[in-house]
Amino acid sequence: MPTRESQAPSPSLTTGMEPENAIPVRHPGRWAAAVAVAVMSAMLWNATVNNPRMEWAIVGQYLFDPQILAGLRMTLLLTVLAMAVGLVLGTVVAVMRMSENPLVRTAAQLYVWLFRSTPLIVQLLFWFYLAAVMPTLGLGIPFGPEWITFDTSLLISQITAAVLGLGLCEAAYTAEIVRAGILSVSKGQFEAGEALGMSPRRVLARIVLPQAMRVIVPPIGNSTISMLKTTALVLVIALPDLLTAAQAIYSQNLAQIPLLTVATAWYVFIVTVLTLVQNRIERKFSAGVAGVTRSRVRRRTLTAALSGGFR
Amino acid sequence: MSDTDTGNHAVRLEAVHKRFGDVEVLRGVDLTISRGSVACVIGPSGSGKSTLLRCINQLETIQRGRLWVGGELVGVRERQGRLYRLPPKLVARQRLRCGMVFQNFNLFAHMTALENVMEAPVGVKKVPKTEALALSRDLLGKVGLAKHADKYPSQLSGGQQQRVAIARALAMSPEIMLFDEPTSALDPELVGEVLEVMRALAADGMTMVVVTHEIGFARDVADTVHFMDEGVVVEEGPARSLLADPRHQRTKTFLSHLR
Ligand SMILES: Nc1ncnc2c1ncn2[C@@H]1O[C@H](COP(=O)(O)OP(=O)(O)O)[C@@H](O)[C@H]1O
Ligand SMILES: [Mg+2]
Repeated sequence: MPTRESQAPSPSLTTGMEPENAIPVRHPGRWAAAVAVAVMSAMLWNATVNNPRMEWAIVGQYLFDPQILAGLRMTLLLTVLAMAVGLVLGTVVAVMRMSENPLVRTAAQLYVWLFRSTPLIVQLLFWFYLAAVMPTLGLGIPFGPEWITFDTSLLISQITAAVLGLGLCEAAYTAEIVRAGILSVSKGQFEAGEALGMSPRRVLARIVLPQAMRVIVPPIGNSTISMLKTTALVLVIALPDLLTAAQAIYSQNLAQIPLLTVATAWYVFIVTVLTLVQNRIERKFSAGVAGVTRSRVRRRTLTAALSGGFR
Repeated sequence: MSDTDTGNHAVRLEAVHKRFGDVEVLRGVDLTISRGSVACVIGPSGSGKSTLLRCINQLETIQRGRLWVGGELVGVRERQGRLYRLPPKLVARQRLRCGMVFQNFNLFAHMTALENVMEAPVGVKKVPKTEALALSRDLLGKVGLAKHADKYPSQLSGGQQQRVAIARALAMSPEIMLFDEPTSALDPELVGEVLEVMRALAADGMTMVVVTHEIGFARDVADTVHFMDEGVVVEEGPARSLLADPRHQRTKTFLSHLR
């Protein structure tokens, strides 16, 4: 005797009444938004690319101008040096803040407090004019004989002032980022390392910091990008960076907009490169996270990028 | 320096006190564990069992009393009738006598199983890499995880993670293994595989101090059982007789709750 099902086959098989054939939800809002974006893009295009006052010929002419390229090199040099000072010193300050010695801890706290509470531009000017306040800087016993003396007017040259100003301030912020990263690693990881006979320093270097990197890298990427643009502040101490170079040129030929466009193009280009580098570093440190293996890391990031995911 | 008779014991505690602020967690613990024996420490939650193990391994420092591991006074040095604390370097060296297995495994999350096992031999003992690699593969094989050497902790079950943790501790060739409730964080069906590894280790003659609620394991494997309550060892003795016929009322009550 045939069963009931075989007598009356389910209607979905014959009529296509399956969820996969259901009519999708309409999104009229998305269409409206798309049209608005298209119209605004056209307007922007018209106002810039088609605008004769943008003087694109001048932009092209100065994009690879030797003076601009020298400025770009200076901007990159300052970014790299300031970030290096910031990262190394910031990590030291972060570890100091977590020290068991109250004096060391307080010193680190004071450092962060002092450098976060002064405007960066003031710090830059301060280091620059330090030469005038302290003509020589000595290494030796406090209030005692000095073994080595520097002439600060040479030592605190413009570049040194810029790197000190930018780097010391960056360190104060980096210290907090690194500290947050270290705190994100569970106490059990420290103890497991110590129980294996590892020294505190080794535990930090091999166990804690590599895991803290997952938390540290994204905000440090942010700061690096921010630093690239902040270096433009060295204008106040007359250091020939990218922006200063553009300014020097337009003060003579009066083509302000094209030269600012040149500077902008370079900043955008460098930031794009930095973003790609950041993605790579993040991939490297995500190994071991929730089923991500080193070979799978690449694919996961790519999929996220293609699907418009936010990392 | 230290008592001559401590040399025969793997671990010895005399009137050990440990305070956290105002809370006295260990209130005069006396304990002796002979070489090659398996000691199970049982007792209600909060009685100080974990703290005891952590003191033996110097993850905590004691305030009063004496503690010897492998016949060596732990954490301090006695000189001309005064005690001096050991510097971190010597503390780290003393820790090498003990291997520790935690309740929550605490595997290094950014390293594969193999890298977890290799890390300390290479980094601390400076064993050549090829040698450490062979040793680590061998140990992972012994805990039944040869095939999982390249997996990250997050890709392993709790039981597998705990077995990697045991291999990691064994890689430093400790004289004594300390286990702090090694199966408490595991799903019931995964408890057996970890206990089996521990049984094999005991059969191999390893000195073990095991904090556990697994009374069956204690009865079958342990030589001695030590019942702790409120920071002291209330009762101790040969495993079978103590578990079958506890003398002390608090031990009786505790054991009756477990069944
Ligand atoms: N680091 C600490 N700071 C303060 N109190 C602690 C700390 N560690 C443990 N304790 C306290 O010590 C007591 C004993 O803890 P523990 O040794 O973990 O007991 P058990 O392992 O037997 O459950 C508990 O009351 C606990 O709250
Ligand atoms: Mg405990």
